Amino acid sequence: MDTKNYHVGDNFDEMFTKEGQVRPHYADFLKLLGKTSAKRMSHLQHSANKTQVAMGMTFNVYHDNQGIEKILHLDIVPRIIPNAEWKKLEAGLKQRIYALNLFIQDIYNDQKALKDKIVPVDLVLGSKDFLKPCIGMTPPKGIWCHITGTDLVRNNDGNYYILEDNLRCPSGVSYMLESREIIKRAYPDLFNQLGVMPVSDYPVKLLKMLQYISNKEKPVVGVLTPGIYNSAYFEHSYLALQMGVELVSGVDLLVKDKKVYMQTTKGLEQIDVLYRRIDDTFLDPLTFNPISMLGVPGIFQAYKAGNIAIANAPGTGVADDKAVYAYVPRLIKYYLGEDPILENVPTYLCREEKDRQYVLDHIEDLVVKETNAAGGYGMLIGPKSTKEEHAKFRNLIKSNPTNYIAQPTLSLSTVPTLTENEGLQGRHVDLRPYILYGEDIEVIPGALTRVALKKGSLVVNSSQGGGSKDTWVLYG
Amino acid sequence: MLSRVANSMYWLGRYLERAENYARFIDVNFNLMLDLPPDLKAQWEPLIYITGDEHLYKQKYTGFDRKDVVHFLAFDKDNPNSILSSISFARENARVIRENLTKETWENLNELYHFVQRRSEKKDWIKDDPRAFFESVKNQVLLLYGLAESTVARTEGWYFRQLGMNLERADKTSRIVDVKYHILLPAPTLVGTPLDFLHWTALLKSVTAFNTYRRLYGNIEPAKVVEFLLLNKYFPRSAFYCIREAESCLHKISGSSDSGYQNTAEKAVGELRSRLEFTDVEEIIQVGLHEYIDKLQVKINQISDKVNTNFFQIKDNFITQNSLQE
Repeated sequence: MDTKNYHVGDNFDEMFTKEGQVRPHYADFLKLLGKTSAKRMSHLQHSANKTQVAMGMTFNVYHDNQGIEKILHLDIVPRIIPNAEWKKLEAGLKQRIYALNLFIQDIYNDQKALKDKIVPVDLVLGSKDFLKPCIGMTPPKGIWCHITGTDLVRNNDGNYYILEDNLRCPSGVSYMLESREIIKRAYPDLFNQLGVMPVSDYPVKLLKMLQYISNKEKPVVGVLTPGIYNSAYFEHSYLALQMGVELVSGVDLLVKDKKVYMQTTKGLEQIDVLYRRIDDTFLDPLTFNPISMLGVPGIFQAYKAGNIAIANAPGTGVADDKAVYAYVPRLIKYYLGEDPILENVPTYLCREEKDRQYVLDHIEDLVVKETNAAGGYGMLIGPKSTKEEHAKFRNLIKSNPTNYIAQPTLSLSTVPTLTENEGLQGRHVDLRPYILYGEDIEVIPGALTRVALKKGSLVVNSSQGGGSKDTWVLYG
Repeated sequence: MLSRVANSMYWLGRYLERAENYARFIDVNFNLMLDLPPDLKAQWEPLIYITGDEHLYKQKYTGFDRKDVVHFLAFDKDNPNSILSSISFARENARVIRENLTKETWENLNELYHFVQRRSEKKDWIKDDPRAFFESVKNQVLLLYGLAESTVARTEGWYFRQLGMNLERADKTSRIVDVKYHILLPAPTLVGTPLDFLHWTALLKSVTAFNTYRRLYGNIEPAKVVEFLLLNKYFPRSAFYCIREAESCLHKISGSSDSGYQNTAEKAVGELRSRLEFTDVEEIIQVGLHEYIDKLQVKINQISDKVNTNFFQIKDNFITQNSLQE
């Protein structure tokens, strides 16, 4: 397939330099591309799509009772990361997760960071993700954020920036695992030749971590799902299957004498660890949201009594607030005495008058985000929006400043992506590696690379036209 | 095993078997109609009666046109028992317990679902000869059975699935026998004629039993066919055989010995098994075949209810156990 006409824009391209030279870690892949016809490439793409449907790798978009099942488009051109680059990411992520965990432990206990005025008191205590019932808690082994899926982007300066920490049950890891299986079939030889680090042992590591956080020698582990109507249901059941543990929903569980039991055909069986994929406040209608139908009444008391371990620990979300995000570099310095290895995107907090004025004056150059929204919703991309939208967000910010932050528009890096009619075109990507915190902190050598399939688009979310790419971390 | 998972296993077994049997019903009726003498009108009405959904059918359709009947039984989403509905339900049940199934099982069931959807969109029921569709459904269900047979561990889940399959199969075989009650001969004098023979042959073929029957019994005689399909001890689709298998599944689930009972489900299924075991076909004919089959179906439904209260509604189960102790 020809790449002569491939256009590198103002952004950083992962495969080609500005001068159109292939980057060394992509050289072998480019050679293979040269030997592969365009027809063959679209055939590979087609069979990748078909495999996804056959595997049921679908997420649900429920419009009528039948439901529409969509696949997350998997582009067959991989995103490749050389080892040296990965080493830095790995070190930076470990450092960050370690500091964030200390921060969560601190604010639910001694609150030193608040007393030392590292983070404004009201920003933390006023956050809806600060859960009062967790005050005074130390979860098993002192670990709060067991599973993290940090979002990073690469700006046109070639540097990676942390975009979001995603400490609350990040999804997408099943796509990382299944995409690898599909892409392996497309380029069997290349995998050997390049030396791509495997990701397939993720479920083993996940299970080991979940067992580690229990006091029991052979704990019973389960994945707690909101059920089949959740868009990530495929992933919940996939992870349970891969770990060989039960997939449970709220109706399967009940609490007796502060212990959690599963209802089985043989009566009640105690469960010791839950990898929960439902939000904090839906966990227990007695402690949190009383109308939650998804949770288990009384589970929080069982958790407090130390009879069940929950990953991620309830209350973790407070460190994932987009306003807290701005303080993470300072928190790393405060808790670890180190400079952050990975940079934050500069962030303007609308709660602070100086920042707010800057945001109001420069809104057309900035990305404005709600502090507590996810999935690319509640967001304004200044340069791509109309005057009316700018005005609307100025008013929103003025009426509720603490709810908004703003960041300069980054130019996300691109990777060549197979398009339907125009061959390979650069499309913007982000990067979501997964990090497990058990006995050690471990960064899985791979990631979910999300790609904005629309030309020029910077929104990579699956709900808004995003797809994915397999991510290869090389041994060398 | 989680009660919810056991419940889904059970219904996965039932729905797959239901879809397969519907495919058989329709396929056989097609073959039968092709053999009819030219002056006789094709009968599609009996198919609606044996499924017991005539009420629902009449709300939507007038008359018993072949295309309507085939659409209703195979592709109608409003019919909860159509092949399309059964396969969708089977898949939904599989989906909520996917972590308990092998990858091959899930992928093939998923493929079957997409296949039925596609044929539905292509309006297969208006084809002159849609038999290829029914053949495919049958084969794909059998493939799933084969996969399960050779890959699924014989633990609780397997027995719940087999329990569902066997109860469903007993019910459906009894309905197939009942079809003869509904298919009318043009005149009573035609009993024992080649036309009558054709009907009985078609009936046997619909459960892949024709050759086995011939080898075991020889001539086609109504009483013998009834005995074969309801009471035979060796034929895996006979009502007795299926009920005995269902009983054995329940024993495996509770871990009890092969005789007696430990819960109300085992009691109900054991009772029905022994009735079938010690009944002569003459007694059935005396009671009236149709009436006998009706009662049989009611009993099978009662067993299903008992399975539900004993294993799936675990809280009710505790109450039952307490009351048994008192």
